[in-house]
Amino acid sequence: MDALTVLTTIAAPLIRANVDTDAIIPSREMKSVSKTGLSEGLFAGWRYLTMGERDANPEFILNQPAYAGARILLGGENFGCGSSREHAVWALHEYGFRAVIAPSFAPIFRSNCVRNGIAPVILAASDIARLAEQVAVDPSAYRVTVDLQQCEVRCADISVPFTMDSESREMLLEGLDAIDLSFKHRDRIDQFMREQRRVRPWLHELPSSPPKVDVTI
Amino acid sequence: MSPMTLFEKLWSQHLVSDLGNGMGLIAIDRIFLHERTGSVALKSLREAGRSVLDPSRVFCTMDHIVDTVPERSDDTRMPGGKAFITETRAAAQAAGITLFDVRDPLQGIVHVISPELGIVLPGTTVVCPDSHTCTQGALGSFAWGIGSSEAEHALATGTLRVRKPKTMRVRFEGELPPGVTAKDLTLALIAEHGSVGGNGYAIEYAGEAVRALDIEARLTLCNMATEFSAVTGFIAPDGRTFEYLRGRHYAPQGSLWDQAVKDWRELISDDDAVFDREIVIDVTQLTPMVTWGTSPQHAVPIGARVPAQSDSGTSAEAYARALEYMGLQAGQSLLGLKIDAAFIGSCTNSRLSDLRRAAAVLRGKKVAAGVKAICVPGSMSVKRAAEAEGLDQVFRDAGFEWRASGCSMCFFAGGESFGLRERVVSSTNRNFESRQGPETRTHLASPETVAASALAGCIADPRELQN
Ligand code: SF4
Repeated sequence: MDALTVLTTIAAPLIRANVDTDAIIPSREMKSVSKTGLSEGLFAGWRYLTMGERDANPEFILNQPAYAGARILLGGENFGCGSSREHAVWALHEYGFRAVIAPSFAPIFRSNCVRNGIAPVILAASDIARLAEQVAVDPSAYRVTVDLQQCEVRCADISVPFTMDSESREMLLEGLDAIDLSFKHRDRIDQFMREQRRVRPWLHELPSSPPKVDVTI
Repeated sequence: MSPMTLFEKLWSQHLVSDLGNGMGLIAIDRIFLHERTGSVALKSLREAGRSVLDPSRVFCTMDHIVDTVPERSDDTRMPGGKAFITETRAAAQAAGITLFDVRDPLQGIVHVISPELGIVLPGTTVVCPDSHTCTQGALGSFAWGIGSSEAEHALATGTLRVRKPKTMRVRFEGELPPGVTAKDLTLALIAEHGSVGGNGYAIEYAGEAVRALDIEARLTLCNMATEFSAVTGFIAPDGRTFEYLRGRHYAPQGSLWDQAVKDWRELISDDDAVFDREIVIDVTQLTPMVTWGTSPQHAVPIGARVPAQSDSGTSAEAYARALEYMGLQAGQSLLGLKIDAAFIGSCTNSRLSDLRRAAAVLRGKKVAAGVKAICVPGSMSVKRAAEAEGLDQVFRDAGFEWRASGCSMCFFAGGESFGLRERVVSSTNRNFESRQGPETRTHLASPETVAASALAGCIADPRELQN
């Protein structure tokens, strides 16, 4: 995973409450068992006027030339709610997004972001509205900076601090892989499992095969 | 020792290592996968050269993409769906995990079959790359939805890095009025406190009304903790829980059972335990609920009208968007609103007791002309049990399609759908834009409300048919 320290780019405002993962990547766009090939389907329901021919909807923010190349998304409350599908984050990442700024995130989406190198930054809705207003004047002149080192979002005269838990921040800053991190505790895990087997054996001892059901389907 | 909440007990029993800053490395007891999101986790685990730590505690089902027409195979109505099924099968076999395959007599929706088979137990940690995993908290477990990368992590290490949530207790007090169900409880909670009201919390559902719920109704209640943005929801196990689990295939047997029950009896919040937040809801005032908009928080008592924006708990912009999408106007009555379809199914409301209650409304009656009505049992076991009681005949005689189990039209995957701007009364959990099909308009409600509405051809109050 790429490390993310300071990101300065065009920011695209998509400030709607409850943008769910099916809006980010509709189910029908998840055509293969893969983490790639998803960016075409990003926001497909809003981005295209027709499902088949993919006629671009000129009204949609990401189709407006001024926002081409945006790497930061400004969002609304409860961003990423709905299904747990990580494809939503993979699609955002493949499209180029590296940060989403919103007043609140659905918990699974937030954690999926951190594991894939997208910074989920929480700011007050009023601050996001200010940023959006500034950006709208001229998106490429007023680029937004997400500074993970200083924990600050900046744009022109605006500068707002944010907080992020240290684990997420470090994983993003250093591009760490969570599995590698946890494997450092391998001895502790083994010891824990042995103890758990002794105290609560039913957690580990399961029948080795499923029940037999005598019906024909 | 200072008093502990049930959540704190579950947490401390699974804490492998304190990672500092509110993070814990938590031991995972059960992992469930499905063909939609599990296949990619297994595949990328393998590509990274890692293996499943303990395959005996990992299960997989085919529920999301698989067709629910009776004569089904690997072919699906969802374009490209077959690849998910065949790749999941191959990956599950290679990993040595237990798979409930397309034509397995135990196949079903993950959150229906896990309790049914005794895979989830009180005091376990259960994860699945599926947001409704919180359903399984109803048995007194810490069960929550994760992403595919986290699933990989859990498969490889037997643990997850988890931010310790805050604790909330939601007490439903009083006796439920007739015709009011667990589905109405959860909709009422979300309507009152908003779709982000539970954000950051692990929620214990408690109180007299919850104690009185059977296990299947408790599963319905916990199911929508995710629509409340909570990390999870759960209920302290009690005598009903133990009775429900006794003898189930993956539940402990013999002396191990006795030992387990003794341990599970400790899984309650201590009397003086302090929660970060507490909500009390008087259930005696509740009625059946129905949603009018595109978020589960847009729920109102069934006799109510579409609220004005000032009473909707939504911003002007979101409110206007929701009304436009739903084709409704402020002040319009929901009762009597014409529907095109009725759907009974999903991990929220597709268990035997749900089907029984819906069948009781339907018995001897006919679905209104022009209404497409579908019933999809949550598992093949539910389907067989319902058929043994003749419920399938009740549904069929009324004019419902009777399907094989799966997620089916709870969500639109590119295959079957209800159609453009069709209005559907649905026993599912999400009324998001296009959730059940392109521009399909979903009204969430209990199975009995769906059944009553199917008969009337419009949104109807089930209590009038139950008397
Ligand atoms: S029934 Fe619906 S909500 Fe439940 S797991 Fe399936 S798709 Fe998700």
